Amino acid sequence: MASSPKLDSKIPEGPIDQKWSKYRSTVALVNPANKRSLEVLVVGSGLAGASAAATLAEMGYKVKVFCFQDSPRRAHSIAAQGGINAAKNYQNDGDSTYRLFYDTIKGGDYRAREGNVYRLAEVSSNIIDQCVAQGVPLAREYGGLLSNRSFGGTQVQRTFYAAGQTGQQLLLGAYSALQRQVGMGAVELCARHEMLDVVTIDGKARGIIARNLITGAMEKHFGHAVLLCTGGYGNVFYLSTNAMGSNVTAAWKAHKKGAFFGNPCYTQIHPTCIPVSGDHQSKLTLMSESLRNDGRIWVPKKKDDNRKPTDIPEEERDYYLERRYPAFGNLVPRDVASRAAKERCDAGYGVGASKKAVYLDFAFNTIRYGKTEAAKLNLHNPSQEEIVRLGKEVIKEKYGNLFDMYQQITGENPYEVPMRIYPAVHYTMGGLWVDYNLMTTVPGLYALGEANFSDHGANRLGASALMQGLADGYFVIPYTLGVYLSGEVSRMSAEKDKADSIDKLKTKHPEFDKALEEQTALINKFLSIKGTKSVESFHKRLGLIMWEKCGMARNKQGLTEAIGEIQALREEFWKDVRVLGDANEFNPDLEKAGRVADFIELGELMCKDALHREESCGGHFREEHQEADGEAKRDDEHFKYVAAWEFKNTSNWELHKEELVYENIKIAQRSYK
Amino acid sequence: MGSGNGELLNLTLKVWRQKNSKAKGSFETHQLKGISTDMSFLEMFDVLNEQLIHEGKEAIAFDHDCREGICGMCSMYINGRPHGPKGAVTTCQLHMRSFKNNDTIVVEPWRSVAFPVIKDLVVDRSAFDRIVASGGYVSVNTGNAKDANNILIPKPAADDAFAAAACIGCGACVATCKNGSAMLFVSAKVSQLALLPQGQVERKERVLKMVQQMDEEGFGNCTNTGACEAECPKEISLENIARMNREMIGASLK
Repeated sequence: MASSPKLDSKIPEGPIDQKWSKYRSTVALVNPANKRSLEVLVVGSGLAGASAAATLAEMGYKVKVFCFQDSPRRAHSIAAQGGINAAKNYQNDGDSTYRLFYDTIKGGDYRAREGNVYRLAEVSSNIIDQCVAQGVPLAREYGGLLSNRSFGGTQVQRTFYAAGQTGQQLLLGAYSALQRQVGMGAVELCARHEMLDVVTIDGKARGIIARNLITGAMEKHFGHAVLLCTGGYGNVFYLSTNAMGSNVTAAWKAHKKGAFFGNPCYTQIHPTCIPVSGDHQSKLTLMSESLRNDGRIWVPKKKDDNRKPTDIPEEERDYYLERRYPAFGNLVPRDVASRAAKERCDAGYGVGASKKAVYLDFAFNTIRYGKTEAAKLNLHNPSQEEIVRLGKEVIKEKYGNLFDMYQQITGENPYEVPMRIYPAVHYTMGGLWVDYNLMTTVPGLYALGEANFSDHGANRLGASALMQGLADGYFVIPYTLGVYLSGEVSRMSAEKDKADSIDKLKTKHPEFDKALEEQTALINKFLSIKGTKSVESFHKRLGLIMWEKCGMARNKQGLTEAIGEIQALREEFWKDVRVLGDANEFNPDLEKAGRVADFIELGELMCKDALHREESCGGHFREEHQEADGEAKRDDEHFKYVAAWEFKNTSNWELHKEELVYENIKIAQRSYK
Repeated sequence: MGSGNGELLNLTLKVWRQKNSKAKGSFETHQLKGISTDMSFLEMFDVLNEQLIHEGKEAIAFDHDCREGICGMCSMYINGRPHGPKGAVTTCQLHMRSFKNNDTIVVEPWRSVAFPVIKDLVVDRSAFDRIVASGGYVSVNTGNAKDANNILIPKPAADDAFAAAACIGCGACVATCKNGSAMLFVSAKVSQLALLPQGQVERKERVLKMVQQMDEEGFGNCTNTGACEAECPKEISLENIARMNREMIGASLK
């Protein structure tokens, strides 16, 4: 199979371990004087956006940053809990760039690009160095060295962390670097702004249309390049671990302006989240994967066992992950753990009132830690209570904030009873298709972090999202952006006497006005429908369709039905949605209307992509394609490609394929047994 | 299900409504029926807003995003306390099991000269961003870092720095302070970096600049009443303020 001529991945030639170092030493540069006249728009201020904006401003580019929240520090990277991977091999346990590369490709079920993933593994070490230099307080050992822990899908300890607040600490580091540039006047900050469209002129991205969310004013912003660092689209499911405001609008509008969407159906369902408690549920809360270092997952061996978990004796418990996957045990990758939980619950072994939950139990390791602590303290024959007390202290230091959070939400004390957990939508591996430079199919338009599709294949390993966001922002885009912008410098020089050049017209170019008018009309349309149903109610209904038919398990019939149901929902939305208030004011309901309208369109494409991919891989599980033991069955002969969808018009996309070539890793059936 | 055991509450809500920063606001009273004790406080607001939209009335604007207590965006002043009656939680993590049937709940925005109201319960906290921009960082450009394990940090210092860095920038400290002081917020960042070797080079300059910016933003003075520490959802310690005062003296003496 050959790749579509529209998809040039631009992976450099040469041995895998030299591709990046050679490429970044030979790519075109932009000299410091020219950087000052080049404007870069960064949309989104999470790990990818904040790190990119800070770094590009340090280099001398004129940067503007947009975020819909009231401050860039609120971006949802802040909620990442467990950690960030890096191939430092500080633990001397056999880690290396190659092993991180290998684990990531295998974890992604052989659906990611070798070139990108190797680069990610290569720069992972630099990220830790940079963050520590910024004063990010990562966890330390008593000797003053950095501490590590394990995450799923690996057999080494390469995860750096700051208790259960790693994302917060890394984001605040990047935010500080960004604010430093704001203070120096190198970055203009546009908080409480939402990007509503990309402006393209002669096929190139030239800026954006944004709405000032406080005043409702529609604004035009010019840029020589536009970077979308806008996160993932898990909220298409309504219930997810994403923040309430997380949305696909920027990426979706870019898609409709020509950026292909890669692998939209690849969704990560995280195995350890707090279960739904009722119809009022507005979001789901993750319990970090790091808990699987010390928490053992089990269900009763007996169906419909309604005894309290602490009353069920050891021999009547089924530690099903340890049973099915002895090599990785509780630390199998997320897709595998989620499906295994669903399998047990569907078979009638679920726990809690809803029976849609399994136990995550810390009792065993509390005792283990307690004994170690007692030995450290030279306590001979410590009582069981003493051991438990000491063990709880260790657990508290490692996971205290997560345990507190669990207790706030459920009203139960996880130090005393096992947590009840169930899988929930967490991350989207799919996203805008980008080449090795992180550029989309629209020249000058880039996608970084979760917003792009590139590094995690069909399943992301834990602690790799923070790594990718910061790799893209700190260490990749600063080099690869020059490839395009050096061309802009030449063009600007050639067009310097042209009266109507884009450099002179900037936002006065008629295409800006056209895009502004279109987006203003859309806003007015929402307000003019004056229907009977709230925006929220449409979002809930969409989420239900997606979860039931495009969630943890998918099949042809369900996906076909879902496409029809979503199309009908879209029509109903545009006839009957009720959006109150005015356009020229702070109006959260109006903001949400735009986001839900885009989610509805995306949902259809996700189902279409899931329907066309007649195989199971990573987070994409097609019931028709499974091994006898229920494991996912890939079809490398027919589906070893990236599906990149080109938007044509409503409900109409053209599929382009980028063949995945494995030169360094032998592609095999994924096994964690 | 959680420990709410499906109990349902009937509530009276008195909520501050204000069209925009220039308008004069006032309280509006709403009745809510059948609120599950398993709901979060913001989910209760979702129910209220759906009810309002159904009645053809504009929804109440409030800030929220992660709903897991870490982004710092939610900011309701509930029955006279920022983030409500429960200690060490944000509004989004407050659950209705903390209330009783037939309770009257009064909800206002953060009130501070430095945090003007934008609409209803939404305020402008950009002053915090400007304080960070004035000096709340280590000046290290990307690419200049040495190997992370070349900087040894004693665990107690790392732990203290981490405890200070846990601040989520929500502004509850300012909202609860009778003087509208931002000392707890500013001192948390100053402390984090003063405790770490990476922060030493700019240590004196940082505290002077950040305090100057804090004063320019219109925050009040600290009179050591300690309400900030008591109401902080992340339990940021008053020790940070003491440390910042020492840092100020040290920096002023040169």
